[in-house]
Amino acid sequence: MNSMLRWRVARVVHSVRETGSAQTISLNVPRWGGHRAGQHVDVKLTAEDGYSAQRSYSLSRPADGERIELTVQEIPEGEVSPYLAGLGAGDQIELRGPIGGWFVWAPADAASVLLVGGGSGIVPLMAMLRQRVVAGTAHFRLVYSVRSPADVYYAQELGRLERACDWLQLALVYTRVAPPQTVRPPGRVSAADLAPTEWVLADGARVYVCGPTGFVESMTTMLIEQGYQPPAIRTERFGPSQ
Amino acid sequence: MSIVNKGFRRRQGGESARELPPGQHLTADFPVLQAGPTPRIDLDDWRFTIRDGLGSEHSWTWDQFKLLPSERFTVDIHCVTTWSKLDTEWEGVSLDTLFESIETAAAFALIGSYGGYTTNLPLRDLRGGKAWIVYGYQGAPLCAAHGGPARLLVPHLYFWKSAKWVRSIELRDSDSPGFWERFGYHNYGDPWREQRYAGD
Repeated sequence: MNSMLRWRVARVVHSVRETGSAQTISLNVPRWGGHRAGQHVDVKLTAEDGYSAQRSYSLSRPADGERIELTVQEIPEGEVSPYLAGLGAGDQIELRGPIGGWFVWAPADAASVLLVGGGSGIVPLMAMLRQRVVAGTAHFRLVYSVRSPADVYYAQELGRLERACDWLQLALVYTRVAPPQTVRPPGRVSAADLAPTEWVLADGARVYVCGPTGFVESMTTMLIEQGYQPPAIRTERFGPSQ
Repeated sequence: MSIVNKGFRRRQGGESARELPPGQHLTADFPVLQAGPTPRIDLDDWRFTIRDGLGSEHSWTWDQFKLLPSERFTVDIHCVTTWSKLDTEWEGVSLDTLFESIETAAAFALIGSYGGYTTNLPLRDLRGGKAWIVYGYQGAPLCAAHGGPARLLVPHLYFWKSAKWVRSIELRDSDSPGFWERFGYHNYGDPWREQRYAGD
């Protein structure tokens, strides 16, 4: 990322409801140069009176030519996210990126990967999973904490991937309401969910944790107690800053 | 080229009491952003070291550091992720105090933290009452999530320059990019010139 990050005009190709409070927006960005799984973009909105606002959003899948995708958690009373969620095909926004070079995964990385996501923190982790579907050799385990079944982003796709991919282990952890047939009672992610296994050994695994600050703090504390090495744990925190 | 987003407008009550750097918005809470786990540092083991680039080291234990003259002050802080927070109250030691006993012709500083984080800035930005090592926030000890036991505070630059869990300052003749600077963030990071990323 040596060149100046120009603001570009992106056009909404389509926009679909992901959950009751999240929207997945597919955009066409002329001359998009590609990005790595886990990176984000800065979005800028400008009002008619000249006021403008910028926010960062994770890219939810690898680039497909000039096509990129964001999943935006709608913050009630938020300034930017409700506007983005209301965009339709053909609408335009300004954005620049890709940004961030640390919270990224590349197919050449052979180490086993443990992904730990809370709520909307799944978005950059999903980009990594989708990148792994395209290429790579690493084992992945995803621990995904959500309040209820209705809050699961990419639910159908995750179910399909779990059945189809022998390199993937998926653990959905419901914190408030679990589906009827679930054995495990609702509750927070526990040490047992993060315990190293032969699938993802504590030694040598790469860990990505993304979610709200409190979630990331408690997950990283537990991960270190479970033997994962602090330098191998990469974090990204989300959360409304207002 | 700038487009207008029809129907988009400033949120009611979002106005700031005073001018913010371009592209920033106010926040009342204090978001935590960091690249890895929060390091836990035992105060008995804590050391803060300035290396002068000529082979000399100046090191303080926690007890020694707490005996240095401290200041309480109130500043605004600006994060590159576009939030700004006004009137944050800190307690700590001015870098001018720490540099009193150090002679150097170096022009740059590379900051090192517990946990491995680094950031770089010109030495002149650390002097002249513009930078502190802080250990108190809003009247209480600085918590680990916000960089405790002690962090650098350089409020006139974007907040990633204010390294959490600060451990060392290395004085250098030549500049060397730190952690985020190597990943494409601006080498200097002046919020008033909106220097977020390389090339801004």
